[in-house]
Amino acid sequence: MSSMFQRTALNARNEQRERMVRAVFGLMTVLLVLPVLIILGLLVLRGGPALSIEFLFSEPEKGMTAGGILPALVGTIWLVAVSLVASVPIGIAAALYLSEYAKDNWLTRAINLAIINLAGVPSIVHALFGVGAFVLFFGFGTSILAASLTLAVMALPVVIVATRESLQAVPMAFREACWNMGATRWQTIRKVVLPNSISGILTGIILEVSRTAGETAPIMFTGAAFFLPFLPNTVMDQTMALSLHLYVVTTQVPNVPEHLPYGVALVLILIVLILNATSIAFRTWLRGRKKW
Amino acid sequence: MVAGTGPLVEVRDLTIRYGGRAALSGVSLEVRRNEIFGIIGPAGSGKTSFLRALNRMDEFTSGMEIEGRVTFDGRDVRNLRNLYALRRRIGVVFPLPVGLPLTVYENVALSPRLSGVRNKADLDVIVERCLRRAALWDEVKDRLGALGSLLSGGQQQRLTIARALSQDPQLLLLDEFSIAVDPVTTMRIEDVLKDLRDELTIVLVTNLVQQARRLADRTAFFLSGECVEIAPTEDLFTGGTRDARTRDYVEGRFG
Repeated sequence: MSSMFQRTALNARNEQRERMVRAVFGLMTVLLVLPVLIILGLLVLRGGPALSIEFLFSEPEKGMTAGGILPALVGTIWLVAVSLVASVPIGIAAALYLSEYAKDNWLTRAINLAIINLAGVPSIVHALFGVGAFVLFFGFGTSILAASLTLAVMALPVVIVATRESLQAVPMAFREACWNMGATRWQTIRKVVLPNSISGILTGIILEVSRTAGETAPIMFTGAAFFLPFLPNTVMDQTMALSLHLYVVTTQVPNVPEHLPYGVALVLILIVLILNATSIAFRTWLRGRKKW
Repeated sequence: MVAGTGPLVEVRDLTIRYGGRAALSGVSLEVRRNEIFGIIGPAGSGKTSFLRALNRMDEFTSGMEIEGRVTFDGRDVRNLRNLYALRRRIGVVFPLPVGLPLTVYENVALSPRLSGVRNKADLDVIVERCLRRAALWDEVKDRLGALGSLLSGGQQQRLTIARALSQDPQLLLLDEFSIAVDPVTTMRIEDVLKDLRDELTIVLVTNLVQQARRLADRTAFFLSGECVEIAPTEDLFTGGTRDARTRDYVEGRFG
C-alpha cells in the first residue's frame, strides 16, 4: 500500500513547476506594488514638509512659487461635484435601461460596445470634444460648467458599466419572481433590484470620482485656469484645479521650491486614496450584509 | 366564451420553440375550474415550458417563441393588454426556492402592497393566513423580520408558496415544488393543496408520479414535447391507459 504515496518522477516535476510558477507570479505582484510604494514614499518624503493647514487654506503667492493651494483645491471640488451631478443621474438611468428594459438584440449589443469603446477614448480627445461642444457650441465659454461636463462625458461610460455590473449581480430569479407576481419592471427595480445593487453602484461612483479628480487634459482648455487667485462664485466662472496646478508649477513656472510641487501631488493623491479607502470600506461593509 | 364558466385554461395547438428548437409541439388540453391538473413526464418533456406559456413568461425569456392559442378565463393571453393583471391571477412556484432578499413579512406582503393594500392590519392578516397555509407560520412567526433569503431551502420554498398565495390567485402553477422540501413538510403542503382546490385551480408539474396520484384529479403525460395522454389520474394507475408509453412511465419502466 505504501507505494501509492511514493514520490514519482512526475510528482517531482509537478512540484518543481509549482514552485516556479508561484515564484514568477509573486515576483510580478512585487513589481506591481513597488512603483506605487516608491511614488508614495517619495511624495511623503519630499512633499510632507510642505503640508500644513496654511498650505491647504491659503492662496498661491509670488507667481506661484510660494503660498498655498486653496483655489486649486476648491476648484477641484467644484469640478468633481458638478461633473457628478451631470454624470450620475444620466449614467444610472442609462444603465437601468440597458440592464432592466432593453431587449437583448443587435442594437443593444452595439450600444454596449460603443460604451466600452467610449471608455477607451483618450482624454485629450474628450478635451477637444468639450471645447467644440460645451465651450463653443453651447456657448458656456471656458467655465466650470464646460469643464465639468467634459469630465462628465468622460466619466459616463465608467459609471454606466459599473452600474450595469452591479445590477446584473442581482440574480435573475429575483426579477422573475417579482414579474410573476404581476410587478412592473419599475416596481421590481425599486423593491428588489436597486436595494441590492445600490451599494455596488455607489462604490463604482466613488472610484470614478477619484479618477475625475486627477484628470488634467479634459479641463485644460475648457475651464481650468493657469493662475486665478480667487474662489469661483458660479459654475460660469473659471477656476484653478489641483491637477493643472501641479502641471503648471512643475513645468511652467521657474524657481519653484522643490517641496511645492511634491506637496501639491501629495494632496491630490491623498484625496484619491481617501476616496478609494472609503469605497473599499464600503464594499467590505456591503459584503458583511449580503442578503443571499 | 363567457368569463366565469367553462374551463379556466384552454390550450390549442401550443408549440414552444427556443431559438428554433421545439420544446413543445402541438399540445391541446384544458384545465377545469377547481381541479388539480397533474402533468408528469421525464426531464425535457416540455412540462416547464408549458407552464411558462400560461402566464406569458416568454416576454422575459429571450429566444422563447410561442405558437398556438392559450386562453385564461376565456381571454386569449396573447392579446391581453394588461399582462400584470394576468400574472397577479396566476401564482407560480418553481423547483428552486426564491426567497426574495426582503424580510419574511415583506416577501409575503409584497404582492398585496403592489396591488394597493396599504393598511398594516390588513397586511398582517394576509401574511399570517398565507404563511399558515404554506405550513411555515409556526416556524417563522417569531422572526418575521428576518431575511427570507437566509431561511433554509425547504423554508424558502414554503415562503415562495406563501408568496404565490398572497396574490390571491385563481390559478396556481407548481413546478416540482417539493424537490427542496423534506417529505414530512411535503405531505403537509399536499394536504393544504387538497384544501385549496375549493378556492382555486392548480396545475401541478411533478416528476414524482405518486405525488400526481395523491393529488391530481386528472393527469397529463408529456413525452418529448408531446402530450401523449390525458386521463383521470386513477385510470392511469389502474391500467386504464390508452398508450403503452404512459403505462411504462407510470410503472417505472423508463424515465
